[in-house]
Amino acid sequence: MKAKLRDRLKSQKVIVICSSILGVLFLITLFAPWIAPNDPIAVNLAHKLQQPSWDYPLGTDHLGRCTFSRILFGARISLGFAMLIFVSALSIGLIIGIVAGYTGGWVDQLLMRLGDGLMAIPSLLFVLGFVGIWGAGLKQVILGLILVQWVYYARVIRGMVLSLKEQNYITAAKISGSSTWTIMKKHIIPNVLPSLAVMGTLEMGWAIMNLSSMSFLGLGVQPPTPEWGAMIHEGKSYIRTHPALMIYPGFMIMLVVVTFNLLGESLSERFGVKRR
Amino acid sequence: MGTYVLKRIITIVPIFLLATLLTFGMINLSPVDPAEAYFAAAHIQATDEMLEQKRHEFGLDQPLFIQYVNSLIKVGQFDFGISYVTNKPVWQEISARLPATIQLTIGSLLIAILVSVPIGFLAGIKKNSGMDHLSRFLSFIGASIPSFWLGYLLIFFFSVKLDLLPVEGIGTWKHLVLPSVTLAFPLIALYTRLLRASVLENLQESYVLFARTRGVHEKIIMGKHVLRIAISPMITGLGMNLGNLMTGAIIVEAVFSWPGFGRFFIEAVFNRDVPVIQGYVLLAAGIFLTSNLLVDLIQMYIDPRISRRGRQYR
Repeated sequence: MKAKLRDRLKSQKVIVICSSILGVLFLITLFAPWIAPNDPIAVNLAHKLQQPSWDYPLGTDHLGRCTFSRILFGARISLGFAMLIFVSALSIGLIIGIVAGYTGGWVDQLLMRLGDGLMAIPSLLFVLGFVGIWGAGLKQVILGLILVQWVYYARVIRGMVLSLKEQNYITAAKISGSSTWTIMKKHIIPNVLPSLAVMGTLEMGWAIMNLSSMSFLGLGVQPPTPEWGAMIHEGKSYIRTHPALMIYPGFMIMLVVVTFNLLGESLSERFGVKRR
Repeated sequence: MGTYVLKRIITIVPIFLLATLLTFGMINLSPVDPAEAYFAAAHIQATDEMLEQKRHEFGLDQPLFIQYVNSLIKVGQFDFGISYVTNKPVWQEISARLPATIQLTIGSLLIAILVSVPIGFLAGIKKNSGMDHLSRFLSFIGASIPSFWLGYLLIFFFSVKLDLLPVEGIGTWKHLVLPSVTLAFPLIALYTRLLRASVLENLQESYVLFARTRGVHEKIIMGKHVLRIAISPMITGLGMNLGNLMTGAIIVEAVFSWPGFGRFFIEAVFNRDVPVIQGYVLLAAGIFLTSNLLVDLIQMYIDPRISRRGRQYR
């Protein structure tokens, strides 16, 4: 009992710490233009590859752009697009999962088999293939990431809807004449929310990681837009002389992904949700 | 048991067909005309006549359903078409580069197993010990570190600073070390975590209690009973992760200029070399499904309770 309480307190502490880190990052994304000391895309070859100074807190890159400002603006891109991917994948997965679970029959079969087919292809490979066929670009990368990700939500939500459907209180609600929509809104969605919160947190980390991987390969965010993966792509040529150029953005990716993963983990412990 | 094996093999076929249908759909729904893509990739300025002829050659003037069946028959014979860029059969391109990728994959699997089995096992046996904290740290960092960044960090420390290992390329075992470690890192995270959780779970089982009451030595209980059963989720993880390993290899190969298939695939993505892309995606799906099947069968062999329970395909 004591150990359980201790675990619980510990997980709450982790939740608070992680949320604060993410809160700070969120503020950075909002106020990046005011915090950043320099224009992140202004090229100034006279100041290229400088060491950290008051004007440039983390030095400059090969085009004389302020690394610190680029990292701040990069948070905007990474978090913003990860959020977009998460919200879109969740919405699609929520709709399809509820429809499949609630209606059952051939609709359910069709949707779930489609998901099986998608899951048989390793997800990043699917995205790469999608981008390869539809053309390289940020739009395609984002669309591809959404396309592989909705399946996981849909499956979890469908499973929960299926088990909830059998509960007595749902039957009672039906008998007392609640419409399908009311049942969804009042009973089903509130019940799946904790799982979705956990999945969503882990998903944010996943999305940031994969988006930056694609940008690193040169397929996602294109220069000069400051994005952490793209910054590593640009900085890798200077690894011998200026390793900082690739160390800072990589550290940021890791920090954000670790924070999201830890938060997701603690949330799942807190709400007693099983991880996928 | 025989029927279970057969059933599992049969479930794979429709899923693979679905994957082929998906890739076929993805290609056909795309705004790109394969004939135009062919000439663009080969850097040829095509006339309308040439385009028409290519379309006929690709069978694009036939009904969609027939096109799909034809492509399916070809895939069944490992015929993925001809690369737009190199003008060689895709399968030939894949098989020429696959050995390097397999070498990298096996190297990283070995490292991952050698590191994660002892750590995960010891962490599970002694919860909250130093080893347990190490395992938790590893599993968080390993799952969150971008592999391309880890690759460059390793290059920076071991090649640039210490000058111990070569920066890139293939050749001696020294070339293999950094790429395999990079690729192994996320696996170490996953396997350590899986094994730890599974050991913890198994320690609660009544067979452990029973063995203890019988007076069996703790070392034998752990080594012979718990480890043997607890390792089974790790084997599942292995099978499920082979797909991720293939995509991970793409990035690692890009970082270390490893001449495997991943690098060729990235070039194909940039050049819109549709047959190469399709070929590799389907091959990966095939490998992924087969490895899942194999893993299930191995698991059944290790832990015969599975087939009796009639384990569902996940």
